[in-house]
Amino acid sequence: MEASRVLNSLISGTVGPVMILVTIIIMIWYAGAVYLNSSFLIDRYEKNNIEWTFSQLASDSWSMERPVLPSPHQIAKELKKTIWDKKITSPRSLVFHSRVTLSSAMVGFVMGAFLGIVLSIGIVYVSALDRTLMPWIIASQTIPILAIAPMIVVVLGSMGVIGLIPKAIISTYLCFFPVVVGMVKGLRSPNIILVDLMRSYSGSKAQVFWKLRLPASLPYLFASLKVAIALSVVGAIVAELPAGAQGGLGARLLSGSYYGQTSLIWAALITASVISATLVTIVGRMERFVNNRMGLQI
Amino acid sequence: MNDSSSIKSADSSIIDISNLCLTFETQTEPVHALSDINMKVNSGDFVSLIGPSGCGKTTLLRVIADLEKPTSGTISVEGKSPNQARLDRSYGYVFQTPALLPWRNIEANIHLPLEMSGYSKDEQKSLSNQYLSLVGLSGFEKKYPWQLSGGMQQRVSIARALSFDPDMLLMDEPFGALDEITRDRLNEELLRLWEQTQKTVVFVTHSIPEAVFLSNKIIVMSARPGKIIDVIETNFPKDRTFDIRESPEFLEVSQLVREGLKEGHSDGS
Repeated sequence: MEASRVLNSLISGTVGPVMILVTIIIMIWYAGAVYLNSSFLIDRYEKNNIEWTFSQLASDSWSMERPVLPSPHQIAKELKKTIWDKKITSPRSLVFHSRVTLSSAMVGFVMGAFLGIVLSIGIVYVSALDRTLMPWIIASQTIPILAIAPMIVVVLGSMGVIGLIPKAIISTYLCFFPVVVGMVKGLRSPNIILVDLMRSYSGSKAQVFWKLRLPASLPYLFASLKVAIALSVVGAIVAELPAGAQGGLGARLLSGSYYGQTSLIWAALITASVISATLVTIVGRMERFVNNRMGLQI
Repeated sequence: MNDSSSIKSADSSIIDISNLCLTFETQTEPVHALSDINMKVNSGDFVSLIGPSGCGKTTLLRVIADLEKPTSGTISVEGKSPNQARLDRSYGYVFQTPALLPWRNIEANIHLPLEMSGYSKDEQKSLSNQYLSLVGLSGFEKKYPWQLSGGMQQRVSIARALSFDPDMLLMDEPFGALDEITRDRLNEELLRLWEQTQKTVVFVTHSIPEAVFLSNKIIVMSARPGKIIDVIETNFPKDRTFDIRESPEFLEVSQLVREGLKEGHSDGS
């Protein structure tokens, strides 16, 4: 009876289920660390003729210097070391690297959102653009970003554009696509009756845009912006990989893999995902604010 | 242009249609939506267009509103082309659905046409108050469409159509989606509005009692091709109530309309 009540309080609400899930993931992670690191350790035991037990194997595999899969507490320690203990201006601080990545991601996001909105308006209002532009926009997204990112960086670098801008452009390249697709759909979303209504008022094209199409497109825009802002972080990181960049989470990932510092890689990855999740949440909050202002039912 | 305006002053017809045809070109075969339509609507009339679905009554209303272009024939609205009449904002259109913008509250929805024709903020405010009270919705200014029932939403839509004081009200089955009780109440309200505002109303419906109760002229249409088969005038007092639905006259007119519809049906098929 008591047990079922405890279980009930655990699975209802939001904190309980999330905690259970996190616990399960961490347990699987620890098990995975033993599994993935064991072959190296067992080799070493056998070479040195060391008698080993499972508990020794487990504790060794969770505290290796260069594990295949670092255990959660090693990553936590790495995060604490590089976020908390280092000065934020130090090139060994994850805060420093996050700032580098975040700033180019944000510039890229703003440019991508702007480009996406402008293109979608062009596509909706100019039928020639609808037919000519859309295939190119779709084609642009079929090229793997990893293939085109180094070329953009190199080409722009030879033109003297270095630093933040080439990285931001790669973010833009990823960001504008979901915005175009969502915004075109949104601008075309008003039903025929509302379009006729505006026509019955002899509404000009500008009036129909500002009073009908733009407000109707906002829910679509926000859905796209959530995708775009997460992509902007991916774009910034990918852009930092080929450049041999000195700063940024991408550079951090690269140096981690050079030196086999897997916990460093994982710490950078986790930081990147926390940044993305925070950004998506911020866009979600903005969406709720706008919905409230527009009186829309949520 | 000069001819039609002289006609207008002569017999006060506000809508004048002759030999009008409209054919929709489709991929398989042309659809004759309207065929040889001749009709006149006088200023201050309440005219109903009634017929089975697919008879082109909505299309005819849309031609008057310049939302559809006729293939041949002539039409003048207030002595002008429908296009010019639309540009002059001669009519308010009430659609089958309320067609309110969900992100605007009731007041702001009524402000929409006023904003678009450049009324000042103060005028917008006073007109929306005036017309909301006319349709019995004072106090709902700050509510959003989703907070109102279907009948209330359609009343907002009527207030919006009246707000910029057009000469005509074009209504396309405005109460078709409402329940019987709400529909009856809105019919009485519409009649009162018509009496108070002296507007010319063209009203599309497929309900015989609704058409007979509301109109002083009923245009009966048949389908494929859409054409007018009968025009029935009624002579009920302007301040009529639902009591007249029991009167022999009412039943007589209803019978006439029903026969007209039946005749059109046997013609068509």
